[in-house]
Amino acid sequence: MKVSRFVAIGFAAIVCASHAAPSRLDADEARHLLIRTGFAPTAAEIDAITGRSAEQAVDDIIGAAKRAQFRHTLPQEAVAAPPAQREVQAMSQGERQMARRDQIREGIDIKEWWMREMIETPTPLAERMTLFWHGHFATSQQKVVRADAMWRQQQLLRASALGSFREMLHGVARDPAMLVYLDGARSRKEAPNENFAREVMELFTLGEATQGGGYTEQDIREAARAFTGWSLERDDFSFRFRPALHDFGPKTVLGKSGDLDGDQVLDILLDQPQAARFIVEKLWVEFVSPTPDPREVESIAQRFRASNYDIAVAMRELLLSRDFWDVANRNSLVKSPVELVVGAVRELGVRNLDLKPLVQKSAQLGQNLLAPPNVKGWPGYTEWINATTLLERRRFADQLVAYMPGDTQRMSAFRQAAMEPGYQLK
Amino acid sequence: MKRRDFIRGFGAGAMLTLAGLHAHASSASASGRVLVLVELKGGNDGLNTVVPYADPMYTQLRGSIAVPASDVLKIDSRFGLHPELAALVPTWEANQLAIVHGVGYPQPNLSHFRSIEIWETASRADEYLHDGWVSRAMHAGVAKQAAFTTEGVRIGAGSYGPLAGCRAVTLNSPEAFVKGAANLPMHDDAPANAALAHILRVEHDVTQAANGLRGDAYAFTTAFPDGGFGNAVRAAAQVIASQRGRGGVPVVVLSLGSFDTHQNQPGTHANLLRQLGQGLAALRSSLVEIGAWDQALVMTFSEFGRRARQNQSNGTDHGTASAHFVMGGAVRGGFMGRAPDLARLDAEQNLVYTTDFRQIYATVARDWWGVKPDSVVRGEFEALKLLRT
Repeated sequence: MKVSRFVAIGFAAIVCASHAAPSRLDADEARHLLIRTGFAPTAAEIDAITGRSAEQAVDDIIGAAKRAQFRHTLPQEAVAAPPAQREVQAMSQGERQMARRDQIREGIDIKEWWMREMIETPTPLAERMTLFWHGHFATSQQKVVRADAMWRQQQLLRASALGSFREMLHGVARDPAMLVYLDGARSRKEAPNENFAREVMELFTLGEATQGGGYTEQDIREAARAFTGWSLERDDFSFRFRPALHDFGPKTVLGKSGDLDGDQVLDILLDQPQAARFIVEKLWVEFVSPTPDPREVESIAQRFRASNYDIAVAMRELLLSRDFWDVANRNSLVKSPVELVVGAVRELGVRNLDLKPLVQKSAQLGQNLLAPPNVKGWPGYTEWINATTLLERRRFADQLVAYMPGDTQRMSAFRQAAMEPGYQLK
Repeated sequence: MKRRDFIRGFGAGAMLTLAGLHAHASSASASGRVLVLVELKGGNDGLNTVVPYADPMYTQLRGSIAVPASDVLKIDSRFGLHPELAALVPTWEANQLAIVHGVGYPQPNLSHFRSIEIWETASRADEYLHDGWVSRAMHAGVAKQAAFTTEGVRIGAGSYGPLAGCRAVTLNSPEAFVKGAANLPMHDDAPANAALAHILRVEHDVTQAANGLRGDAYAFTTAFPDGGFGNAVRAAAQVIASQRGRGGVPVVVLSLGSFDTHQNQPGTHANLLRQLGQGLAALRSSLVEIGAWDQALVMTFSEFGRRARQNQSNGTDHGTASAHFVMGGAVRGGFMGRAPDLARLDAEQNLVYTTDFRQIYATVARDWWGVKPDSVVRGEFEALKLLRT
């Protein structure tokens, strides 16, 4: 056993060495790394890492993203709590409508703030990771309504974006926006709501039951009981555990029995090797290629799990994997609308743009920030491109060029590049 | 331009095609036919659209927002149309308007987003599907029935909805679409990967659709109502007119809304129903004008109906089942199915559906397109007798 493992490791090392990540990045490789870990790079950004080793560049990118800071002050109103529930109840019809409109407007403030951060940040991987987790733990303001709750969720995802997936999962499970979005706040022992219990398995940790998820409807029902009583404080909309609504009885989830509570259920899910596999696969199709290699996924998943779900560990493995650097996988992924819009603006070095049209454009192209289509998030990849969005993507390049004064030569070069089908790829 | 001139304009070849279409009109096929889906966005209040005016429960539940029996257009001894739907009465009298009662599905979801997705993908309430139900019909054989210009056109902005997964395009007007697609290049190189292959395929579809939609707009004598929905109906009629003697567009989707009438419903709802009634009447008149009405099937859909009892704001909250309209030259007019019992609501005080929306889709698949409905609606759903055969 020992010997064969040693041989296996030795063999893996040889395989890695023969297809290792480049020890000196050429310009194409530098561009590939930057567009995959951020948005379309400028020539200067490419120059800055050309010649360095992939390992060093990847470690720098991840390290810098972990230390990322906001560039701009927060949208104050959006962070502030809206009128408390009892005040709302005392409101007239018109006042209530106004209050609701305020929430929508404040949500737009958050989107614009986020878009500006993405355009100006020196650590684009931090934004890409936050965007990835926003799609993973998809929550829409269209149901949540309260902008401050969307804001708090965004900060939660941001804080663990390259940190501990375990912490993020536990945080999301008691996140007020999620408790509203998947109806957890209304779940009580007499009537457990299965919405969150189902999605936490199917979409957040294990994948579909029939696609390797490995849980049953009975597991979902039992888990739902464990999350009963995870509720909200009506006034400040913070998480509150209500013992009177919680089912303290014995439960069995994925073969583990006990008087389980929600946190224990989450840990049971993370005990499944499938959880690490599922997350690594999802990161793979976002950052590496549309077709995960099961053997590579398995080995990265093992290290991800061994690190107690340190997302940075999984990302480092992925970005230094043979497949990431395989030339065949270059330009094999589709830029999301946000990546397209932010990338074009960054690439051109445009500053002080009005952000509203950019937020709207990205929504029109199919990616409305803070409003993913459903709990499954944005389907992505080729789903981004249909007849309408393709024509709109081309029109966006025209609109951006028309907006830019002077420098006609550079603009026409950009326009020409942006009209190529390959411009939609990364 | 008169219809006769229009037909003459096709030349002899086109005349033959038209004759051929009529000859095959009895056997179900999408060739030469068009399904027009009209989405009532936001959840239309079926009870105030097709009013059970003779039921005392109705006035009890609807108090201040009930449509008074004296105003209802009494097309039946129990049910009548909202007065602003007067433009639909001639179609009803011509026996070309079917009204399906209580359309819904089991375990109803009251979220706009989720419920419309269930309707668009014809999924069960507890499963998530990507592709629209029309796309599954295309796979079931519709795609092969003709060399369609494009499998579907969605008028206006918005997602493809039922057309998701089809070779479809979105447009505001055929002219603007053709113009926008004008400088799309054609690429002959073999694509390097699946993503690029997809983009090239979409470019190809757009170009193909634009080629098939190009040409002078047909000059209708029908007057289309002013406003967004009137314009959408005009665009739909133009798309259909442009296809006579060409590849064809089997499905057109339009939408009207928002019907999300939580507050002060009566005024908003009346206004929307007027647009709906006049728009659908104009669609009928324009399609009759070009001789396409017998090959058209028009259906409404919506994510849900409204709560049976009105709320405290003179409005209605999200509900479940609702009545829907099906019209066309080949439609068997009249009421279909059983109206939900207003005295027997579900645990959430909602109407209990009596016809599954997938029964309507199954009917379209079997009787309109002549394909097996099983894969389209993912299961067995009893078809309705919506068409005269």
